[in-house]
Amino acid sequence: MTPLLLVSDLEHRYGARTVLRIPQLQVQAGEILALVGPSGAGKSTLLRLLNFLEAPSAGQIHFRGQPYTPQTLPLALRRRITTVFQQPILLDMSVRANVAYGLRLRTGGNGHGQEDAALQAVGLAHLAPARARTLSGGEAQRVSLARALVLDPDLLLLDEPTANLDPGNVRAIEEIVATANRQRGTTIVLVTHNVWQARRLAQRVAFLYEGELLETAATADFFERPQHPRTAAFLHGDMVY
Amino acid sequence: METILRGVVEALQLLLSFDADLREIVGLSLWVSGAALAISVVMGVPVGVWLGLRQFPGRQLLVALIYTGMGLPPVVVGLAVYLTLSRQGPLGDLGWLFTPTAMILAQVILALPMVAGFTMTAIAALPAQLILQLRALGATPAQVNLTLLYEARNGVLAAIVGGFGAIISEVGSVMMVGGNIDHKTRVLTTAIVLETRKGNFDLAIALGVVLLGLAFMANWLLLRLQGRLDPRM
Ligand SMILES: Nc1ncnc2c1ncn2[C@@H]1O[C@H](COP(=O)(O)OP(=O)(O)OP(=O)(O)O)[C@@H](O)[C@H]1O
Ligand SMILES: [Mg+2]
Repeated sequence: MTPLLLVSDLEHRYGARTVLRIPQLQVQAGEILALVGPSGAGKSTLLRLLNFLEAPSAGQIHFRGQPYTPQTLPLALRRRITTVFQQPILLDMSVRANVAYGLRLRTGGNGHGQEDAALQAVGLAHLAPARARTLSGGEAQRVSLARALVLDPDLLLLDEPTANLDPGNVRAIEEIVATANRQRGTTIVLVTHNVWQARRLAQRVAFLYEGELLETAATADFFERPQHPRTAAFLHGDMVY
Repeated sequence: METILRGVVEALQLLLSFDADLREIVGLSLWVSGAALAISVVMGVPVGVWLGLRQFPGRQLLVALIYTGMGLPPVVVGLAVYLTLSRQGPLGDLGWLFTPTAMILAQVILALPMVAGFTMTAIAALPAQLILQLRALGATPAQVNLTLLYEARNGVLAAIVGGFGAIISEVGSVMMVGGNIDHKTRVLTTAIVLETRKGNFDLAIALGVVLLGLAFMANWLLLRLQGRLDPRM
């Protein structure tokens, strides 16, 4: 089966610094792939490339079997992919309008109540009329997730979506993510610093270290039989980051 | 003190009597400055958005020119437009000198850098990640720009109202290129200069009150607009 995403010979540089070098990476349709690695490894950068928001310095990214760049990816396909960023940026409007934003871009009209359902799902229905800029960090992060989920994307890129949340909310968000994957077949790439979260949610885990994918394996193998010494060290928390 | 009071009373009388001359002067002021503002907004807002977002060679020079343009003395602009439109000037054949068109042209030169410059500042102050966020949510380039304008709306509105305030109240350029011709190019500011010189302080004050009223209304409109667009209110 053609993978949903196929990354080949990818390199990404900022100035003279190479921050990503990935000979090959596949994301299968319908899977949850966790991306773990120390701070500065290039996780967020890789998500920007996978969302075709930035073009790689070299190499190719295939989406559904076709190579695209930010310039060549058709709008209809671009709208099947979305990212929940590490730092949520909400628009200066109501919470409900924020969640409806992506829908309005597509239809010109409003969200027909889908935005309220999405807010309900992340436990923020009571904040729908509030001004988005007044939310706490964790609330903003959940709104940011709701406005991505409401679009029902084929590929959802999550950059530490539970970083600012308390344990109860972490569980609730994990449940939402798992449900979207199970019921709607949403393919998810999940960046997380929480290896337990990766273990709970992902079918496969990829370990990114200084821009290189040192290991990609099925979740159980990754945690029980790490092949690379650095993976083992990372899992044991021996790494300083 | 008494002169001022009498002036205010006369202003009210003039306004309430819908004095034809006054209406003509106010109308021309609004037409000249309104048209100049409209042209400046149509040209200046897109330029400001573009400058706020893009890096390109020569950008700094352009920005420096715009900043300089924001502080141009109206009389210098008046002189330049005068020379350009005078019979020997490069655009003398147009026959625009001493017409409202010449006044609009001069005021566009005054307002355009303000609108473009303040719009640029407001757009550049938005978080850099915002564009990526909008594109990730599926916005087309046009939708990105519109949303950025919405996010920067307070700054952009202030740019527009500031531009209007600057040109409705300036006298130097409209005097030079319009000539303050009765029933043709006389606007509030040039009329105030004329009436003061003639010693008609009552009328001059009346005109001044009207001018202040217009400026006040522009700002009031701004606040109303900001309030309507502001989810806090
Ligand atoms: N726009 C940019 N310009 C220059 N360097 C950048 C840019 N974006 C990222 N980098 C650099 O690329 C490297 C990878 O950054 P990235 O944000 O992808 O790391 P990360 O794995 O997401 O880290 P964290 O876990 O802290 O979020 C870092 O060294 C960062 O400084
Ligand atoms: Mg990151």
